[in-house]
Amino acid sequence: MSKKVKLETLDDVTIRFAGDSGDGMQLSGGRFTQTSAIAGNDLSTLPDFPAEIRAPAGSLAGVSSFQIHFSSHEIHTPGEEPDVLVAMNPAALKVHLEELVPGGILIVNKNAFTKKNLKLAGYESNPTEDGSLDDYYSVHYIEMSKLVANACEGLDLPPKIIERTKNFCALGVLFWMYDRPLEPTLDWLKKKFKSKPLIIDANTRALHAGYNYGDTAEIFTTRYVVKKASLAPGKYRTINGALASCLGILTASQKSNLNITFAGYPITPASTLLHTLSNWKNFGIKTFQAEDEIAGIGVALGASYGGSLGITASSGPGIALKTEMMGLAVMTELPLVIISVQRGGPSTGLPTKTEQSDLLQAVYGRNGESPIPVIAPTTPGDCYFATYEACRIAVKYMVPVIVLSDGYLVNGSEPWLIPNPDDLNDFIANFEKENTSGEKFLPYKRDTNTLARNWAIPGTKGLEHRIGGLEKQNITGNVNYEPGNHHEMVQIRAQKVQNIVNEIGPTAIYGKKTGDLLILSWGSAHGSCRLAVETLLEEKLKVAHASVQWVNPLPPDLKNILSKYKKVLIPEVNTGQFRKIIRSEFLVDAVGLNEVRGKPLSPASIIDKAKELINE
Amino acid sequence: MSENQILTKDDFSSDQAVRWCPGCGDYAILSQTQKVFPEITTKKEDVVFISGIGCSSRFPYYMDTFGFHTIHGRAPTIASGLKISNPELSVWIITGDGDGLSIGGNHLIHLMRRNIDLNVMLFNNRIYGLTKGQYSPTSERGKITYSTPMGSLDHPFNPTKLILGAEAGFVAKTIDRELKHLQEMIKRANDYNGTSFIEIYQNCNIFNDHAFSNLTDKETKADQLLRIEHGKPMIFGANDNKGIYMDDTTPKVVKIGKKYSVDDILVHNEKDEFIADMLSNFTSNDVFPEPIGVLYCKERATYDGLMEQQMQDAQKKDKTPKTLHDLLNAGDTWEVK
Repeated sequence: MSKKVKLETLDDVTIRFAGDSGDGMQLSGGRFTQTSAIAGNDLSTLPDFPAEIRAPAGSLAGVSSFQIHFSSHEIHTPGEEPDVLVAMNPAALKVHLEELVPGGILIVNKNAFTKKNLKLAGYESNPTEDGSLDDYYSVHYIEMSKLVANACEGLDLPPKIIERTKNFCALGVLFWMYDRPLEPTLDWLKKKFKSKPLIIDANTRALHAGYNYGDTAEIFTTRYVVKKASLAPGKYRTINGALASCLGILTASQKSNLNITFAGYPITPASTLLHTLSNWKNFGIKTFQAEDEIAGIGVALGASYGGSLGITASSGPGIALKTEMMGLAVMTELPLVIISVQRGGPSTGLPTKTEQSDLLQAVYGRNGESPIPVIAPTTPGDCYFATYEACRIAVKYMVPVIVLSDGYLVNGSEPWLIPNPDDLNDFIANFEKENTSGEKFLPYKRDTNTLARNWAIPGTKGLEHRIGGLEKQNITGNVNYEPGNHHEMVQIRAQKVQNIVNEIGPTAIYGKKTGDLLILSWGSAHGSCRLAVETLLEEKLKVAHASVQWVNPLPPDLKNILSKYKKVLIPEVNTGQFRKIIRSEFLVDAVGLNEVRGKPLSPASIIDKAKELINE
Repeated sequence: MSENQILTKDDFSSDQAVRWCPGCGDYAILSQTQKVFPEITTKKEDVVFISGIGCSSRFPYYMDTFGFHTIHGRAPTIASGLKISNPELSVWIITGDGDGLSIGGNHLIHLMRRNIDLNVMLFNNRIYGLTKGQYSPTSERGKITYSTPMGSLDHPFNPTKLILGAEAGFVAKTIDRELKHLQEMIKRANDYNGTSFIEIYQNCNIFNDHAFSNLTDKETKADQLLRIEHGKPMIFGANDNKGIYMDDTTPKVVKIGKKYSVDDILVHNEKDEFIADMLSNFTSNDVFPEPIGVLYCKERATYDGLMEQQMQDAQKKDKTPKTLHDLLNAGDTWEVK
């Protein structure tokens, strides 16, 4: 059979895999990501799954999706409306169809459109038969369940197991469409199911079935080519923010020779860090699953008191529970790293969705004057550098540091130029030495530059002293309630955090050095803002993007940067928390763009808002 | 100071003025602790006292060792982190009935089941002292306090029973006025490898005076206090004339004389959890005397010991990546030229 296939070159494509929680959409998305990375595309991903572990099969609540945006140029976001939607069942179609671009490609597993599934999804008539889709999209109805059943004929596996390989069938179709090699996925299957040759066989057959279907079926007339992106030279891998943070912790441990104790309590989406680090005991990383959130940070602080670096991680409600212990770390001037993986709030909120709404909680959310440095990674890969820096600063300044990450960063992935740890800042811990002088040890004596006290750990001769949550006299560390001392200590603790500005490099400006509009972002809003500014610059507008990683203290050059533009726009996934800080710090009349939809900001909205401000 | 110089009580006394109310039972506990520690260790830099919040939790300030006065109820968490990060240390948690059993109850029970090698001294005065006299989780029902003018409604915790229920391996009880006994219990707790728990009845002479006077007054204590010792019969009474007798499966208080001899009296076995459970039920029981001593002492694997083992075992596994470079370069990688 011969068929005419047109080859079309595209700059970038966004694909969304959607199906039931049990349909393996995260897996298909992950394999497509890996293959595209190896093919040399730049990419960004957004997994999206329900909070319920096993929502009823076929229900709207049980739909899970994975979006990948890949491109021949540098990209910063997982894309908005997909160009291609893979819908494995009626519920997935119902939930995601609205966002598919008009004229977009829709690939549907026709076999899943049974009466029962249609009813569960609330369809009165079958959209794959009533023609309601055909005029609006380029639709491909594929009988994937049947294809895999035929392909796996003769394999000694129950039909249920064979049915489960249909995600690989869908993947095969897409690999054909985007001209991707199958080998990386086949290699992966061999590794993953080493002891289950039948499963390897079934999935291999399913993958080929999908690929061959694309190759032979007359319905596909176009293949698409997305060329390699011109990334900086070097060795790459894909990375998500959770793994990047863990690697940052391990790098901190190795460069400082400090032991790490990581203590946490299971919570979505921060648990991944506990899982990953628990596999690295051979590097001297101790992990502790605590009885609750408070115990998690308490164990971490106790470890820091003992001379290890204590680290904890959690998300919104868990961070709320940890705040009192953060205050104790501030008071006792001990190093501690708190990784806050923001999710939709308040309360339990949207556990599996992303948000930037815990900024004020991180910067201010404690009793008393309780300053804590806060660093917010800007991309999944940046979680490595931000976490390393948090560990280094915590020890150098003897302070707790918050890494303000979020659900999008920890779950999202991107190609990552593998860093060389030797290039990172040196990391030195100042342990107080034995005191044999016969003079009384002074636990709150300070370094004149940083104002940090030395780390005086139990087990060291002559350093016996008492610390605690009560106010301390400067230098001696004795309990002290005198008005003058308290006032001085409040200022010392604030100045110590302020001194960290000496560690912050110049803020990178992307775009015009002066102009009509500065788009200022913090943390994970980076990607959407960068994409918006790229587009606006192409349209010759006088705009720039400044991306802030340290949110407390703020970069020392920020005031000057803000003064170079007529207007300042701050897009963020909250109702304007960073804007509040910027307005109060710099008296700048910044404008906000605030979308709180449980997902990264829409670059299109930023572009619209920017134009509106420029044209005002 | 040479390595093995004998320390004295003064070496364990800090220069901070002690600020408990005059007549407080805490003074006796502090003094006995300072007295007994020279017998426990020659390296005071390895000793750490960690407390929560409350009157008892001021304790670390007065010990010239390392000390950490932490957060209400949270001392077990910080102590656990400290001990797993540095297993060489001798870690002591000081807590009270409010701190340890109310706000910190969750941490305390989990500490017990983990069996981290550290020690807990719980000062039980059955009242909130530092916040000026509210009823506590060990106050008897009907307690009239500032927050319960018509009497408290909650049924109290029985601490040793709770702690045994949480799978503790060492459970002891003593009284602030029993100076030698208190020292002995501290030594026993120190010897135990795992989490050791000592409940100390402590009189708050301001807000709950005489809470334990039946156990400390000469006239009553002989008949109401049972000193238990491993391998010895459970005998009490003014002339050692009473004992605990097992009537089938039920304990009974009997008179030693015509019907029962000393040989009929139940012999304490601190390794027997059933006896420990039974003794814990004697607390605040009208029929039985109040037991003091080591209720239960049985070694089992410690969390910190198991953790060290895992850390070593992880080195031997073939599959684990060996270097940071391996991890950074794990998975599929590709070169961009």
